[in-house]
This record gives sequence, structure tokens and C-alpha cells, in this order.
Amino acid sequence: MEAITIHEGTTIPLMNNNIDTDQIIPKQFLKNILKIGYGKHLFHDWRFLDDGRPDPKFILNHPERQGATILISGENFGCGSSREHAAWALKDWGFKIIIAGSYSDIFFMNCTKNGVLPIILPLEARKKMASISSKETITVNLPQQFVECQDEKYHFAIDSTWKQKFINGTDDIDITLNYSDKITEFEDSLPSFS
Amino acid sequence: MGKTLFDKLWEKHVITGKPGEPQLIYIDLHLVHEVTSPQAFEGLRVNHRRVRRPERTFATMDHNVPTKDIFNIQDTISLKQIETLKTNCDEFGIRLAEIGSADQGIVHVIGPQLGLTQPGQTVVCGDSHTATHGAFGSIAFGIGTSEVEHVLATQSIWQLKPKTMGIHLHGKLQAGVSAKDIIMALIATYGVDFGTGYALEFYGDTVDRLSMENRMSICNMAIEGGAKMGMMKPDQTTFEYIKGRKYAPKKMEEAIKYWQQFYTDSPADYDKVLEFDVSNLAPYISWGTNPSMSVPISSKLPDIADMNFQRAYDYMDLKPHMAASAIPIQWIFIGSCTNGRLADLQEAARVLKGHHLAKNVTAWIVPGSRTVKNEAEKLGLDKIFKEAGCEWRDPGCSACLAMNPDKIPAGIHCASTTNRNFEGRQGKDARTHLASPAMVAAAGIHGHFIDIRQKEVI
Repeated sequence: MEAITIHEGTTIPLMNNNIDTDQIIPKQFLKNILKIGYGKHLFHDWRFLDDGRPDPKFILNHPERQGATILISGENFGCGSSREHAAWALKDWGFKIIIAGSYSDIFFMNCTKNGVLPIILPLEARKKMASISSKETITVNLPQQFVECQDEKYHFAIDSTWKQKFINGTDDIDITLNYSDKITEFEDSLPSFS
Repeated sequence: MGKTLFDKLWEKHVITGKPGEPQLIYIDLHLVHEVTSPQAFEGLRVNHRRVRRPERTFATMDHNVPTKDIFNIQDTISLKQIETLKTNCDEFGIRLAEIGSADQGIVHVIGPQLGLTQPGQTVVCGDSHTATHGAFGSIAFGIGTSEVEHVLATQSIWQLKPKTMGIHLHGKLQAGVSAKDIIMALIATYGVDFGTGYALEFYGDTVDRLSMENRMSICNMAIEGGAKMGMMKPDQTTFEYIKGRKYAPKKMEEAIKYWQQFYTDSPADYDKVLEFDVSNLAPYISWGTNPSMSVPISSKLPDIADMNFQRAYDYMDLKPHMAASAIPIQWIFIGSCTNGRLADLQEAARVLKGHHLAKNVTAWIVPGSRTVKNEAEKLGLDKIFKEAGCEWRDPGCSACLAMNPDKIPAGIHCASTTNRNFEGRQGKDARTHLASPAMVAAAGIHGHFIDIRQKEVI
């Protein structure tokens, strides 16, 4: 997993509440058996017109927003389906950071597995970040847990284990396999009714 | 201080880790389907890892399968995904209920039906409706594909312990009001994220009287209220349901004795309690684009509260203050992991018997599993549906998520027994209205929703 420590980037605001994973990546793109290549389908139904052309009104298509790495959004981001394709699509498009009011529990966990950092900040801070120009950058400092936007610093909370995972870019399975003996011991203690 | 059902189950499954930090939790049952697993198996292969406990893993094909003729997969990308699951299960030694198998069906229908789902377990699946299995008194939740890979490799998962919320359901449901209406009403009242960060437990005299099928419909939709886990304590109804099923414990009496330790000592032990009286509940229907945008059938659609409401009204092509019963319905869909079980089909058939669909209504009835289909046919339900003008189809997820050929056309209002009414969920620009099986069946007859509590209108 790609590590994140300090990141500076431009933004895309999508301030709707309850943006569900069906919108982030519609089901017709879940048939692939790879983890890559979903970025071109990110927000497909909002991003493309019926004839397949990009909708010039949708912010992801604005030329001046290309290259943005930080998504600013509303409450309950990533609700609905557990599809990790949503996190893969955001990452593949180029987003490294999401700043929302809250996240669905499953989506949050999927982000922790893919080096997409989900930050929670109150509406006031997000409104400020949503109002800056497409050229202005904001800075996320994960070790010190703050986001800097136009000389204002907004502190955010994050569980210390997930924080270290992002900073080190560690693979969970390798860590867990170190506990193999404990897992075996646990399995030996399980009741059996067969 | 006592403990909740959730606390007791959690403690029984912690392998390592301290409270307040992510803990490593043992997984008793891992259910797998074709859509969220290929990348996980590929990860195992690349890293030369094996499946730690194939015997605790069970796979089926459901999301992608066509239901008009399940053996005729035209979409080559879907076919590839389905074939990949078969290859993966063969290679890693996992049981698979494939297309045509007697055990095939929607993953959350077959787990309980086969007796794989049992009280006291931890159950995961790469699907957000995994909370369905919590109806048996288990911790059951949906996971992403990286977590699927992790569970395959280690039979365990890192999780932060959620808080607990007790939802006290009390009172007797009126005739015509169902379990589906309870969960829809809860979400309409408290919102799509009231359960975020919580494990929900539904309890009370209302729950005690519900069948397992109805209990599953409630736990199934916990995620629509933001909670990835929803559960109920196991009781005699649970034990009776499990008895005699294919993978039920052989030593049933011993198992029941073990399962009976799993209950909440006192409501005071929950972090939060919601009181919910169901005795005056009306049937609910959804009008908007998330499950909280729902109203009692007897009411009018709400004001435009904010930009999210405006967007929903535009998408659904509806207006504030119109009567919920005035929404035109051109399609009905009965099926899914929420309401695709035999009891749900019986409920729909009871309403449709002796009636015909309104002239402009198309109806798809999709049983949740091959077994449900066979049992329904034994009871003659297929004849009732066909005589009413409905299509009787093969088992699968079908138009609940429409990633298979089953899609509701653009602009069509579809009364649906499913769980999500998101934009495009049932097909691009399709307009979904969630409701119970009986409400959906009645909407098919009339071409609009009716209040099925008033029997004379059916």
C-alpha cells in the first residue's frame, strides 16, 4: 500500500450528503476481475451524458480541476454497497485524500486498505475548503493530524492504528500471519457440535 | 454491569488486541460470491498464500446471473467472472453452489437455508447485506475485497469494536403491516446514518413474535440505517428454523445449550436505546433516492428540505405534497436478499391470488434460491403468479442491483421488495419504490400503491 504522510494537492468539492457507492462506481463496472482501471468510470452516471460524452457541467470534467487529489464532500460518504471498487476508482482517478463529515463503516475500512485517507472534519471547515479556487492547494499533515487551508489549520482525529498503517503503507495480511500460532490456539478452543 | 448480546459474541471471538484498539476477530463463516472475490483470490495466488479454513468458507453465484434463463449467460464479462469463481473454488478447495446446483441462490438466502448460519457465530461476506445473518444471534457484517482476501488467508479480521444500540420494538403489528415496514419506518424516522459506528440489536415482544424470515428482512436492512451489523438474540424460533437443515449441527441439543448463553443481560447495557412502538405503524413506501426518503402510505410526500431532496424529486419526477398512493407504478419486482424467501413469496401470492396485474404493469418474481423456487412450485405459487400476469424467474440478485441482464427501464417507476432506491440502482434512470412484498403485489394489481390495511381495496 502506498504510504501517506504529508500531502499537498488541489481539490474537488462534491458537497452532497449520502453519496453512495453505487454513484461512485455503478454496478456495470464491477464485473472486472482486476483491481485497476476503475478511474475512468468514477461517478460514471453523473460524469457522462446519455450519448457517452463527458457532461461539461459536472465538476470532475472541468479542465481546471484535472489533477486534483483531494475530494471534499458531505455527510455519510460511501454509504450503501460494500464494493471496494469505490475506493479503487477514487484512487485510480487520482484521489489520495477524502475530507467528509462522516463515512459509512465499510467504505472507511476499504479506504484503510488502499491508501486513500478518509478525514472527518466539521461542515464549517469543509465549506471553506470547498470555496477555494481550483488552483489553490490544501495541505494534509497526517503525522500531526491537521489540514491547512489558506493559513487556517483544522485538526482531525484518527485511530492511531489506522494512522500508522497509512504512514507506513503496511500490508495487513503480513502482520496477521505473525499471529498464526494465536489463531491456531483459538481454533483449538472452539466448540464443535458436528 | 451486565453485557449485551454483541459484547458476549465479540468477547468470544477476540484472538488478540486491547479494547479501544483494532482487535483481531476470528471468523466462523465466510460466504463468498463472484463479484467481490476475484481480486482477493488473485492476491492469494500472487503472494503464494492458501485459504486457511476452506471448510469455513462457502461460495455461490448470485449477483451476475441472468434469471430469465440462468444457464444462458450472454454477457462475456459476467461469464468470465462466474468462471473465475469456479476456477478459484476448485483451486483453493472451497465448496461452491454453482449455477444449476440445488443449493445455488442469493448468498444471504442460502446461508440460513443450508443451516450454515448459526447463533454465536461471526459471519462475513463481501456484501453489505451480510447483517441478514445477524437475525440468528451472530455478528455478521459486510466487508471489502481486501478484507475478503485477509479472511481467506487468516480466517480472521481486524476490527474496532463498535458501540451498541438496542432497538426496542414493542406492540403488535396491524394486519397488512410487515417486518419490512418496521425497518423502513426506523430508517425514515432516524435517517440513513443513525447506525453508523454501532452494532444494532433489535429486541422486544414484536421481535419475539416474528418468524426467522421476517427477522432476516429487518437485520438485512441495518446497513441502510448505517449499521454494518444488526442482530437479534437466538430463541426457540431460531433453533426450530435450524433443526434438520443440511449443515445444522449434528449434536443439536448441545448446540442449543451453547447458543442460549447469547442474550443481552439488561437494556441498560447498551450504549444507546431507541424505543419504537409498532402498533400504529402504517405500511411504508420510499419516494426518493435513499431509504430514509420514505413515508407511510397514508401520507403525502414531504417538502423540499434541502438540495438533496430537490435532487431526489428531480430524479424521481415527483412533486412534494402529492399523495404517496398517487405515484404511478409500471413495474413490480419481488425478490432479493431482503424479501426473496418462501414466506415473502407466499405473502405476495396471497395478495395476487385471483387477481391480474394492471394493464400497463410488468412483474418479475425472482425466488431467492433454487430451493425457494422448488418449494414455491410445490405450493403452486408459480401458477398464482403466472395467472396474475407475472414472470416467474430463476434465482439470483436480479434487478435488486441490475448488474445482470435484469434492469428496470429508464423513467419507469418500479415497486420493489428490495433494499436500496439509489439513483440508477435498478437500471439507469429507473425509479425505485421500496415496500413490503404484499404492498408491492397490491401495487401491481392497481398500478399504484394502496393501503393494504384496508382489505376491501385488494
